[in-house]
Amino acid sequence: MPKLLTKEWRRVWIFLLSLTPGIWLGWRLYTDNLGPEPAKTLVISTGIWAVNFLVLTLAVTPAKKIAHLSIVSPHRRMLGLFCWFYASLHLACYLLFILGADFQSIAQELTQRPFIVASIPAWLLLSLLAITSPQYMLRLCGKRWKYIHRSIYLIALLVVAHIAWQIRASYQNALVYGFLLISLLALRIWPLQIRK
Amino acid sequence: MSRVTSPIILIPPKNPIVPSEITAESAYLNRRELMAGLMGSALMGSMTSAEAAPSQIVDENPSGPNWLKDKISSAKPAHPLTETLTPYKHVTQYNNFYEFGTAKTDPAQRAQTLKPDPWRVNISGAVDKPGNYFLDDLLKGIDLEERIYRLRCVEAWSMVIPWVGFSLSELLKKAQPNSAAKYVAFTTLLDKAQMPEQNSRLSTIHWPYQEGLRIDEAMHPLCILAVGLYGKVLPNQNGAPLRLVVPWKYGFKSIKSIVGITLQEKQPPTSWNQLAPQEYGFYANVNPQVDHPRWSQAKERRLPNSLLNPNIIATQMFNGYAEEVAGLYSNIDLKTHF
Repeated sequence: MPKLLTKEWRRVWIFLLSLTPGIWLGWRLYTDNLGPEPAKTLVISTGIWAVNFLVLTLAVTPAKKIAHLSIVSPHRRMLGLFCWFYASLHLACYLLFILGADFQSIAQELTQRPFIVASIPAWLLLSLLAITSPQYMLRLCGKRWKYIHRSIYLIALLVVAHIAWQIRASYQNALVYGFLLISLLALRIWPLQIRK
Repeated sequence: MSRVTSPIILIPPKNPIVPSEITAESAYLNRRELMAGLMGSALMGSMTSAEAAPSQIVDENPSGPNWLKDKISSAKPAHPLTETLTPYKHVTQYNNFYEFGTAKTDPAQRAQTLKPDPWRVNISGAVDKPGNYFLDDLLKGIDLEERIYRLRCVEAWSMVIPWVGFSLSELLKKAQPNSAAKYVAFTTLLDKAQMPEQNSRLSTIHWPYQEGLRIDEAMHPLCILAVGLYGKVLPNQNGAPLRLVVPWKYGFKSIKSIVGITLQEKQPPTSWNQLAPQEYGFYANVNPQVDHPRWSQAKERRLPNSLLNPNIIATQMFNGYAEEVAGLYSNIDLKTHF
């Protein structure tokens, strides 16, 4: 294997690549290029990247078991952490720039934007997974770790609900992400992949 | 094409300076452009290059037939408005025009496929002079004027836009509506090659986009058909070459790229109303007291805004045109006829 593609180097490349959407958004913010509603652009873009990383994270295991593609397997944790990173940016941008840190109006917000309801447990669970992701936490949690981390399936379903709830003029986002996430979940119960 | 175009004279000397050109960035830049053209870029070089970066409008010159450009450049100036104009780049890069995609940035990126010249508009129904007219024939004898209007989107954001157009009533009078003309129905172009999203099976809208007005609304002098904005030809993404602008109604009523105008006795179906009747009414008058089922309409975000200042202002009844139009609705309950 070429030196620049060893596991250590792959870790560097994937890290930098995963960071580029954030850097790109930061650059557009700095150069005032986020359009007339920069807050909305930030919230939508960071949300989409959080979902993209959720899809990537969930694709790692099927890629290994079904396609025998194990090159990304050691980096699953990093992809998952980037999902949490963009989801946290998404939440922070929403709280600061859309809600204007006006936490008293959150109840009113939930009635007007009910799709937010699905996203709150999703982010809380993601944070739990992020906190329990280091090696020593894995040892600390023991057998329970696996169960805790299976909540990513629930997170995926919550995210599908979060997106589908927002359907307005097009089914595109809901269908594309719904299909990707649901099929990645289905691959886990699909009998074919049971053979080891 | 045998037309001679001069690259040096950018603005015909006879044309008056339209107020939008003196109020905002645009104007100042247009005049500088003119000066630079007259005095030679070498002389003005330092000045223009130093301020070249934000001067979006100078570089923008949407294509269109020369007759239309001439007509627009000699439009009668608008009455000045105290509110600040929304910069050209935002007016033309933040659009809801689902025929080109649902993201606000899609139309500006994808509307080049639209061919607004030549353009025909079919006028039919309860009129004495129906016909399928070329745009230039349709506009013969009609003088254009600039109108600076607030535009309030049903999504609770707003802009202030200097349109160039004419009262719809002038066109309707030419077609001579008869006594059966109670409503006016408008249709956008249906052409999957020119409007790629019309191919999409994932769209919730049934194409072509349709809108409608009651005849008295349509005849109201504030209701215009626009062919330009910021003193230039209407860019494709803003509904070239001919669009409706009804400033006291939510933006989705102001249908773009019109090919059909039908006068009729029955209230016409309208696209968003068909899609979600409980959310979007036929009237769609801007009304801070009647909320959308999913959000409040009491306030709006005046664009552009910034991260720390969402620039939220109170929404006005009939978008601030109550004095002119409230009389049209004295007989109906605006809560049920939203």
